[in-house]
Amino acid sequence: MTIQTTPKQSWWSRIAHPGQFVARTRPLLWPLTILTALLFVVGLWFALFNSPQDYQMGDTVRIMYVHVPTARLSQFVYAVMAVSALGSLVWRHPMADVAMKAAAPPGATFTALALFTGSLWGRPTRGTFWEWDGRMTSTPVLLFIYLGIIALWRAFDDQLRAARVIAVFTLVGAVNIPIIKFSVDWWSTLHQPASVFRADGPRMPGSILTPLFVMFFAFTFLFPVLHLKAMHTEVSRRRVMALERQAAQGAKS
Amino acid sequence: MRAFSAIVTREVALALRGGGDVLTLVLFFIITGAIVPFAVGPDKALLATIAPGIIWIAAFLAMLLGLDRLFRPDHEDGTLILLRHADLPLSAIIAAKVIAHWLLTALPLILASPILAVLLAMDLSSFWRMLLSLLLGTPALAAFGAIGAAVTVAIRRGGLIAPILIAPLSMPVLIFGTGAISATQSNAALLFLAALSLMAIALAPFAAALAISSAED
Amino acid sequence: MTQRQAYPSLVLHAQGLACGRGGLPLADDMSFAVQGGTCLLLRGPNGTGKTTLLLTLAGIVAPLAGSFAIEGADPEAGPLLHYCGHRNATKPRLSVAENLGFWAAVNGATGDAVEDALDRVGLGDLAMLDAGYLSAGQSRRLALARLPVTHRPVWLLDEPTAALDTEGHQLVTDLIDGHLDAGGIAIAATHDPITLPDAARMETTAPGKAV
Repeated sequence: MTIQTTPKQSWWSRIAHPGQFVARTRPLLWPLTILTALLFVVGLWFALFNSPQDYQMGDTVRIMYVHVPTARLSQFVYAVMAVSALGSLVWRHPMADVAMKAAAPPGATFTALALFTGSLWGRPTRGTFWEWDGRMTSTPVLLFIYLGIIALWRAFDDQLRAARVIAVFTLVGAVNIPIIKFSVDWWSTLHQPASVFRADGPRMPGSILTPLFVMFFAFTFLFPVLHLKAMHTEVSRRRVMALERQAAQGAKS
Repeated sequence: MRAFSAIVTREVALALRGGGDVLTLVLFFIITGAIVPFAVGPDKALLATIAPGIIWIAAFLAMLLGLDRLFRPDHEDGTLILLRHADLPLSAIIAAKVIAHWLLTALPLILASPILAVLLAMDLSSFWRMLLSLLLGTPALAAFGAIGAAVTVAIRRGGLIAPILIAPLSMPVLIFGTGAISATQSNAALLFLAALSLMAIALAPFAAALAISSAED
Repeated sequence: MTQRQAYPSLVLHAQGLACGRGGLPLADDMSFAVQGGTCLLLRGPNGTGKTTLLLTLAGIVAPLAGSFAIEGADPEAGPLLHYCGHRNATKPRLSVAENLGFWAAVNGATGDAVEDALDRVGLGDLAMLDAGYLSAGQSRRLALARLPVTHRPVWLLDEPTAALDTEGHQLVTDLIDGHLDAGGIAIAATHDPITLPDAARMETTAPGKAV
């Protein structure tokens, strides 16, 4: 029997060397930030000043321009995390670890924002901050998973070792999220058959769709900006930690 | 197969000699259920309505409580490293440990559940459905628990984090578990519960083995 | 002493092996070949990566660079390694015989019987005692009794003589010597000098970083 345990060196693991990754992506950061800021300015102008009130909901409809994009992103960010987890488990990719870690706080923030705006919106339109409705109920579960993952990152002393363990949990969560969604839907049809929102919903006029789309893109670009910046910070943090440990070792011997 | 049964019997022997761990869990389960009437009042109709939820929550909490002894003692005394070189793959060893964990935590709770059923004024037909739902659902709780325990095994104070990680994953088990007792579609819920347990048991040994071997690295 | 079957002739090769923990290299550029029937002794001060090297060879820690391989073994033979670490992996609530019997069942009882192994490490009279009552040295002997119970050609021993008395040192030497007689490989990290009767079967190396 031969046990070969050579770490594989593929072309993209060499390209994705943390230092090179930072050098390659740093020029992207500023243009992306400016683009995001512009989109937000345009989107907010549309959303706040240049779109009609809803004939039922009045001005509160404008909350939707934050709520819908963040709700979408909350799931998208988890998908990013799951793909990074796969990368860190299968290819032991150092940047996948960093990407996974950097995605968790923005993901949790988007999810919390979606919940917050959702309940703000629910108060005037439905008379209650919180309704145990199928769609709303799986969002806090997702937030709990995000917060659990963040707590897990903080609990590990050794971040390199933490990455693979957390990747396992992230993937288990990814397998479970559809099941949770399904079970919550089943549960909510059981307890309250009449839902406030119908699946097809009322037709949205273009005047509402435009700001919604712009805001959607603004938030979608906001995530890579936050993610990249957090990844750069994490790479620097790891470098500092490695240097500190090396210095400590040098002092000892 | 001999190695597999050796692990199960060792876990059981350790727990039985370990000075009443099993009994403590059962007591916790019963006390958690029994304090509810003090909090909500002794109205029998109300208690009978919320009994399925209380029993499932009590079982869920009791199983969380027993989680820390699943891998942590073996991690601390070096057994887990040595088990990596056993004749069995690590995932099979973990499967054996999950079975032992179910025998030691879930089975005593199920045996003790009639006491809670009496205290919470359950009628006979929902009692039988409760037994069935606990039998079908607790394997999933044990399997998810094993994943949580494996993920936190390398963390010094991981006992606190594991429940936070597992609770969201266990939500479907609670939904279908209580659904199987009280809901109008209880048969469908029982089937979902069984499917969930099968999936969790199939997934957990591999996920936990991966987490444990990564944690040592 | 029981009849020992010989192992197939094996060679453990390491090529430019570097190992460390948490991404921090402790020892690098190690190349060695250990033939069947020889023992490699790892010496050196604390913190130079002796334990990490053993864990790397045991497949528990991934190497940072380089490779190692055990050549000449039957691929069907199952696990080849015995790892004997700092921690004894004994359960205080199980008796001495139960502790060893568990490992015999899990690792495969291909070597000595449990009673014989306990006699050999000097715990034969204590077989029925709970392992929690053993002293540190006796616990160590119980951990060492795992080695003859299951036949594995490669032994990785981390401080095998820790907490042992002079007799215990002799026991470790005898165990390793018998293992080498059967054509096995032993790699031991130790601070206490181990002197085998046949000095030619022993090599010494000091892992560490090339400056």
